[in-house]
Amino acid sequence: MSDLTANDLTVDDLADVRAGDKGDTLILAVLPRDAEAYVFLERALTPEVVAHHFAVTEPVVRTDLPHLPALVFRVPSVLAGGVTGYSGLDGHGKTLGYHLLMLRLERTL
Amino acid sequence: MIRLGAGAGFAGDRIDPAVELARDGELDYLVFECLGERTVAAGQLRRLADPDDGYDPLLEARMRAVLPVIEPGRTRIITNAGAAHPVAAGRRVAAVARALGRPTRVAVVTGDDALEAVRRLDPVVWETGEPLSRCPDELVSANAYLGAEGIRQALTDEPDVVVTGRVADPALYLGPLQHEYGWAADDWPRLAAGTVVGHLLECAGQLTGGYFADPGTKPVPGLAGLGFPFADVRPDGTATLGKLDGSGGRLDVRTATEQLLYEVDRPEAYLTPDVVADFSGVSFQQAGPDRVEVAGASGTARPDELKVTLGFRGGWLGEGQISYAGPRALARAELAAEIVRERLADVHGIAPEAIGVELIGAGAAFRGLAPTTEPLEVRLRVTARTTDAAQARTVGWEVESLYTNGPAGGGGARTGVQQTLVVRSCLVPRDLVSPTVTLMEER
Repeated sequence: MSDLTANDLTVDDLADVRAGDKGDTLILAVLPRDAEAYVFLERALTPEVVAHHFAVTEPVVRTDLPHLPALVFRVPSVLAGGVTGYSGLDGHGKTLGYHLLMLRLERTL
Repeated sequence: MIRLGAGAGFAGDRIDPAVELARDGELDYLVFECLGERTVAAGQLRRLADPDDGYDPLLEARMRAVLPVIEPGRTRIITNAGAAHPVAAGRRVAAVARALGRPTRVAVVTGDDALEAVRRLDPVVWETGEPLSRCPDELVSANAYLGAEGIRQALTDEPDVVVTGRVADPALYLGPLQHEYGWAADDWPRLAAGTVVGHLLECAGQLTGGYFADPGTKPVPGLAGLGFPFADVRPDGTATLGKLDGSGGRLDVRTATEQLLYEVDRPEAYLTPDVVADFSGVSFQQAGPDRVEVAGASGTARPDELKVTLGFRGGWLGEGQISYAGPRALARAELAAEIVRERLADVHGIAPEAIGVELIGAGAAFRGLAPTTEPLEVRLRVTARTTDAAQARTVGWEVESLYTNGPAGGGGARTGVQQTLVVRSCLVPRDLVSPTVTLMEER
C-alpha cells in the first residue's frame, strides 16, 4: 500500500508505473495504490515535474483518470528513435517506468 | 457468451500456456498475436530470400502443439502469424494438420500489403515529415493495419484456423465477436467494447500478472507457470476476464488496470481501424478469485485513413561487450570505451556520431537521466551503425582486442553483427486497402 510517511518520499512509495512506447514517445501509466495516493500525486506529479525528470523540453501531456485511479503521461522525444532507431539495448524504453518510480516528491505542496 | 483465449502476446511467446488453455479452457477462439512492428519487415526480408518464407518462425511449433488438443469444430484458432506471407503460412498450417492426421480448414486473410499503394500515393512519412519518395533507404515492405472485417468474413466459412498478416492487434479478438454477435460495422459502442477486450488480452501474460510482477510492491505467485488469460464476452460487449484454475499468475483489478493503459497514449481516443475507442470510462470489478469484470467502454466512428508500417532496409549494427569488476570498474570501463571510440574512428573510419556506448550496470538503461554510482561490476557495450557488414564487424573486434591491449581486468567479451531494419509509418485512405479471404482445405 502507499506510504505517505516514508522518508525521502518517491513515486515508488505511492504508485506503480507501466511504461509503453509509440515511436519516439514514452507513455507512462502511473497507478496510485489508493485514493489518498492519487490525490497527492495529482498535485505533486505535474507534467512539468515529469518533463524535468526526463530532461525533455517539449511539453509532457497528462491525462487524469480518477476513477481507476490513474494518471497517463505522454513524454515526447525521449526514446531517441525508438525500437528500430536507437542502438542502445532498451529501444522500447521499457525500463524507464522505473526511472519515474525514483522521482523524489516534495511533501509540502 | 463467447470465450476468447490469449495464446500468445508476441512473436516469441511461450507455447505451453496456450496448450493448457486449448486443452482445458473450453474456448470458442484461441488467438495468437505474433506480430511486432519490425516483424513484418523482417518477414519480408526472409521472403525476398525464399519465396515460401516470410511468416512467423514459431508458427509451425505453435500449431503442432495446439492442433492435437483442441476440439475440432469447437475451438477455432486465429493468428496474425502470417506476417509478410499469410498464404505460405496457411499452407504450412495445412501441412502440419495433414501430418497430424487432423482434417483442418484454413482461411487466409490477405490485403494488408500496401507496397503498390504507397509507391503510387507517395504519402508523407511521419518520422521524416517528407514524402516517401524522399526517403533514401530502400523500402522493402508496407503493411496497412487492417481491421476485424477480414477475420469476420473468414469466419463465415467456419474454418478451424484463420491466418492473417498485419491486422490491428485488438481486431484479432474483435473479429470473432463481430462474427458471433453480428455487431454492425458502425456499432461504435460495441466495437469499442470488443476492442477493449482485445486490447486487454492481446499481450497474454501481461494481463495475468506477468509483466506486472515486482517482488517488492507487486508479488505474483507461480510466475514460471504463468497462465494466459481468457475473456467471457457477452453480446453487449461487457466481459469477465479469467485464467485457468491452478495456473500461475494473478488476475485482479490492479493487473487489469495496468494492462488497460499499456501503450495507450490517449485513453479517451484509442485509434484502431475499426473504431476510435474511449477507454476513459472503463472500470473493473473483482468478480471472484482471478476473475475481473470489465465494462464502460464507449466509442466513436472509425478513422478514414489506415496506418501503414513501412519497412526499410537499414545498414548494419556491430557490437561488442566486455565486463569490468571490482575497484575502479567504472573508470576502467570508461577508459576502455574511449580507446574503442578512438580506434573505430581513426583506424576503421567510422563516424563518431555512429558510435554508441553503454555502461551496463551503471545506469545505461536510464540513458544518463539518473546519477551514476560506483557499481561492483560494469559491462561495457559499444555499438556502431555502418553501411557494410565488414565495417560493423570491426566493433566487436576492437572490443575483443581489449583483452590483451587493456585496460586491466576486462573479461567475458562477446561480439555481434546484424543487419538492421528501419520502421516508419504513414497513412493511406482506407478504400485503397481491403481484405481478401482464401480457403485451404485439408481432409
